[in-house]
Amino acid sequence: MIGTPSAEAFVMAVLLTLLAAVTIAIARQRNMFGVVILASIYSFLMASLMIVLDAVDVAMTEASVGAGISTVILLTTLYLTGSMEYPQRRSVAIPLFVSIVVGAALVWGTIGLPAFGISDAPIHQHVAPTYIDFSRKHDMPPNIVTAVLADFRGFDTLGETTVVFTAGIGVLLLLQGGWRIGGSRRDEETEGDDEI
Amino acid sequence: MRLDLILRVGAKLILPFILLFALYVQFHGDYGPGGGFQAGVIAAGMVILYAIIFGVHAAKRIAPPIMVEMMVPMGVAIFTGAGIAGLLMGNNFLDYTGFAHDYLHAHEWGILIVELGVLVTVCGTMVAMFYAFVQRGRS
Amino acid sequence: MEMLETFAAHYNYFITIFLMISGLFIVIARGNLIKKLVGLSLFQTSVYLLYLTPAKILGGTAPIYDESYKLYSNPLPHVLMLTAIVVGVATLSLGLALVVRIKEAYGTVEEDEIFAKDPEAE
Repeated sequence: MIGTPSAEAFVMAVLLTLLAAVTIAIARQRNMFGVVILASIYSFLMASLMIVLDAVDVAMTEASVGAGISTVILLTTLYLTGSMEYPQRRSVAIPLFVSIVVGAALVWGTIGLPAFGISDAPIHQHVAPTYIDFSRKHDMPPNIVTAVLADFRGFDTLGETTVVFTAGIGVLLLLQGGWRIGGSRRDEETEGDDEI
Repeated sequence: MRLDLILRVGAKLILPFILLFALYVQFHGDYGPGGGFQAGVIAAGMVILYAIIFGVHAAKRIAPPIMVEMMVPMGVAIFTGAGIAGLLMGNNFLDYTGFAHDYLHAHEWGILIVELGVLVTVCGTMVAMFYAFVQRGRS
Repeated sequence: MEMLETFAAHYNYFITIFLMISGLFIVIARGNLIKKLVGLSLFQTSVYLLYLTPAKILGGTAPIYDESYKLYSNPLPHVLMLTAIVVGVATLSLGLALVVRIKEAYGTVEEDEIFAKDPEAE
């Protein structure tokens, strides 16, 4: 890759720089409505970047989940909680220091990683070729990601589905339960449930 | 008086195609990008768009809350059922080889059932979460 | 010159780390609970990038099998991150539901005011 600058690497560099810019804007923005919209832009940029990184399935998920559902959920929460962040009263010096120290340690660790995009990195040597060869040999579905997701690693996916199920039940319990700590108002829909 | 006429007519035009696209993503997931997770989120997005434009009460007529809440555990049950069916046929948990006469067809069926389970749970969870947040009301 | 090449070859990782520490900074420094959750999801998104970056092979293609291609990017991180995204939005919603309950109980989503109203949390 080094010395042969390709179009892929260029597009990727532009998208990564834009992502960093949007992140700075999110950290500085005081209006929560602005933060949510910037987070949505961030998700779309991330989805574009994932397409360049060849992760088309992941890009599709990120575009529909990150920019769609999570924006809607955040906006409904803003409707319930109000949209202005109060001015900061404490110093940002310590958090900045902690972040920079952690970042420096991570950068130091990253230098030892293999260069981006080369095909003989250790990650490409062991498990993935097995999946690709096996699904080619047995005429599995052409989309190797689907084959791995639902077949080779079905157990993983069962776990993830269970986590989604659990989180959904948690949200329903928190927001549709009849009880309310220290509150006076009660929902019309839960009329008749026992009080705390 | 309705000032959002264009929005309503436009939404009515694109809503069926969003649902069709969700089904395409679901059943074409073997050949192109897509699968149960994406299709579930896109189908949930269609219900949410309908709720935003026509009101939550209208949305609850096409996707009743009781059905949506039933879908949340039902998908996990379909997924686990596919796994246990593999066990009953004498294979490992989530091994689909016994589902049909040859290897390829059995695994196509297995992937289809599992993706259906994922679709049902993801779609149900997203819509149920949206309903839960919306009907909370400003306190 | 060699340093510049190392920098170019690791630019993806450096931006990933920048996104990660930005998320960390927002979580630590900002008092608004919703902003904290947005920071947490920034951190989470940077982890997606951390997994997907090594999976890419320059000159490879997306892992959808076809006769005319030989070199595919690694499908395994794609599978892991695909499920992680959906789980991420589910847990984000759970966090937001908790924020809504906190708002109803304390009347605010600012951390300092919640601590002020709750002497045991000092």
